Amino acid sequence: MTEPVSGITRADVAHLADLARISLSDDELDHLATELPAILEHVAVVQQAAGDDVTPMSHPIPVSNVFRADEVVPSLAPEEALAGAPEREEQRFLVPKILGEES
Amino acid sequence: MTDVLRSTAAELADRLAAGEISSVEVTQAHLDRIGATDDAIHAFLHVDADGALATAREADTRRAAGDEVHPLAGVPVAVKDVITTKGLPTTAGSRILEGWVPPYDATVTKRLKAAGLPILGKTNMDEFAMGSSTEHSGYGPTRNPWDTARIPGGSGGGSAAAVAAFQAPLAVGTDTGGSIRQPAAMTGSVGVKPTYGGVSRYGLIALASSLDQAGPVTRSVLDAALLHEVIAGHDPCDSTSIEGPVPAVVDAARRADVQGLRIGVVRELGGEGFQADVSARFTEALALLEGAGAEVVEVSCPSFEHALAAYYLILPSEASSNLARFDAMRYGIRVRPDGVDDPSAEQVMAATRDAGFGDEVKRRIILGTYALSSGYYDAYYGSAQKVRTLIARDFETAFQQVDVLVSPTSPTTAFPLGDKLDDPLAMYLQDVATIPANLAGVPGLSLPSGLASDGLPTGIQFLAPAMADERLYNVGAALERLLHEQWGGPILDRAPELEVAR
Repeated sequence: MTEPVSGITRADVAHLADLARISLSDDELDHLATELPAILEHVAVVQQAAGDDVTPMSHPIPVSNVFRADEVVPSLAPEEALAGAPEREEQRFLVPKILGEES
Repeated sequence: MTDVLRSTAAELADRLAAGEISSVEVTQAHLDRIGATDDAIHAFLHVDADGALATAREADTRRAAGDEVHPLAGVPVAVKDVITTKGLPTTAGSRILEGWVPPYDATVTKRLKAAGLPILGKTNMDEFAMGSSTEHSGYGPTRNPWDTARIPGGSGGGSAAAVAAFQAPLAVGTDTGGSIRQPAAMTGSVGVKPTYGGVSRYGLIALASSLDQAGPVTRSVLDAALLHEVIAGHDPCDSTSIEGPVPAVVDAARRADVQGLRIGVVRELGGEGFQADVSARFTEALALLEGAGAEVVEVSCPSFEHALAAYYLILPSEASSNLARFDAMRYGIRVRPDGVDDPSAEQVMAATRDAGFGDEVKRRIILGTYALSSGYYDAYYGSAQKVRTLIARDFETAFQQVDVLVSPTSPTTAFPLGDKLDDPLAMYLQDVATIPANLAGVPGLSLPSGLASDGLPTGIQFLAPAMADERLYNVGAALERLLHEQWGGPILDRAPELEVAR
């Protein structure tokens, strides 16, 4: 693995914003490109804090899969599930086209 | 202000049970207080007068009919806007959820309703609980009842300000890195983060799923215990919910006996960076506890030094994943990009998330996306998870030596609005003492320790082993009683009277 650097560039931020599906403005990109390196520099201390023998902890309590009895219980009615939809058509969520022009 | 507003929830419960007062009177008094003071405080994003009064009438009817009711039935409560309430707007302080009315209740909400507590409304918060000042709310900041030019803490500034301004005797908050405890310290109120898994997360809009925990926000330790018992307990709808009995927190709050209790002062959570008055009130509180028979020793938790750094990798990572659900397709706002004919779903998604999320949310999503990126995952997220293990081990070692740990809740008193908005790292430091508990999943309680020379409240925090929440209530109630004897009453009696709009 390549050694991570906190030298995160404006182009990196733009790429991350794209991955995160947020259309950041030029101002926002400029701002984050100066802020993120400072934050990353601060948090990078974790890389020196623990040795290889330490097991990573993802959860404060042991988590195991939980099964429930296979019982039929009431669920949301279609009207309720659709009540917050930005757009709808009959009993369906109406969404913009999924494929872009080039597809 | 009437004595109804000044009463604790426990006192109101007694008076309701004795038939001296009705829930409708109590609830109306608080609704009136909200109406008179919330222009200045802005603790609420939504007030549900009709719903609260309907529940109040029902509680009165059931009591009059001699039905067996929960002791808190008819005592009103405010709920942080990150917890879903069927039929009541729920935004988590974000514009992206503006106008959303959930079709279901969170388990916490269900339990409040089952116990018959009228829900006064939804309280303001930093957007998606990201912040320590409530200034990151998409709907404008909440102000501190002690000084309306200052922050009430965050992210649960609305819940803390509501109880501190006597708008509600009880409130529910959530705590991912200190969002219940730090606002409690800023406002002279009491706040508890229960053991992770003690209170169901079902219906709690997730920030960081391995850290989030709902808990009580009140004006007394006993009130916090009473509310804790209402909202806690196993829930099959949350796979991380603890099976087993709820710790006997009300009994513990009534016991309030520290004779022989071993209290460990965490060396790493004090000293440099802590305001002198905060440290002074802390030391004075320890002396009171020693005088009451507790044994106070110093313990070291060396890995706590790295807790803040680990937290600001783990939280953004989990948040960037959790907040992917806000995609403008099934609920929330939908914004079309300017100048694009027939935009694609992805373009609409990206335009909506740009318009709907605030600066702090964007900052943390980008940071989390980076920390989880291929090539950086092990170095950032993986390393942070190892630090988490070390912090859990430090707690384990410490709790072999002492029964509870103690530190100041927050390094400072409430700062002026705007003071840290341009300096995220300075804002993050507010939670330096509260974060370790979330990383390890242990419970924590904050209560007022006194006033600083600037006239603002300071807080003291106790931490206990997982599932031993009752220890917090025992020591917290004992210290509260000792402090009240010294002050001649609760700290909030000394808060300046708010100007009341008519």
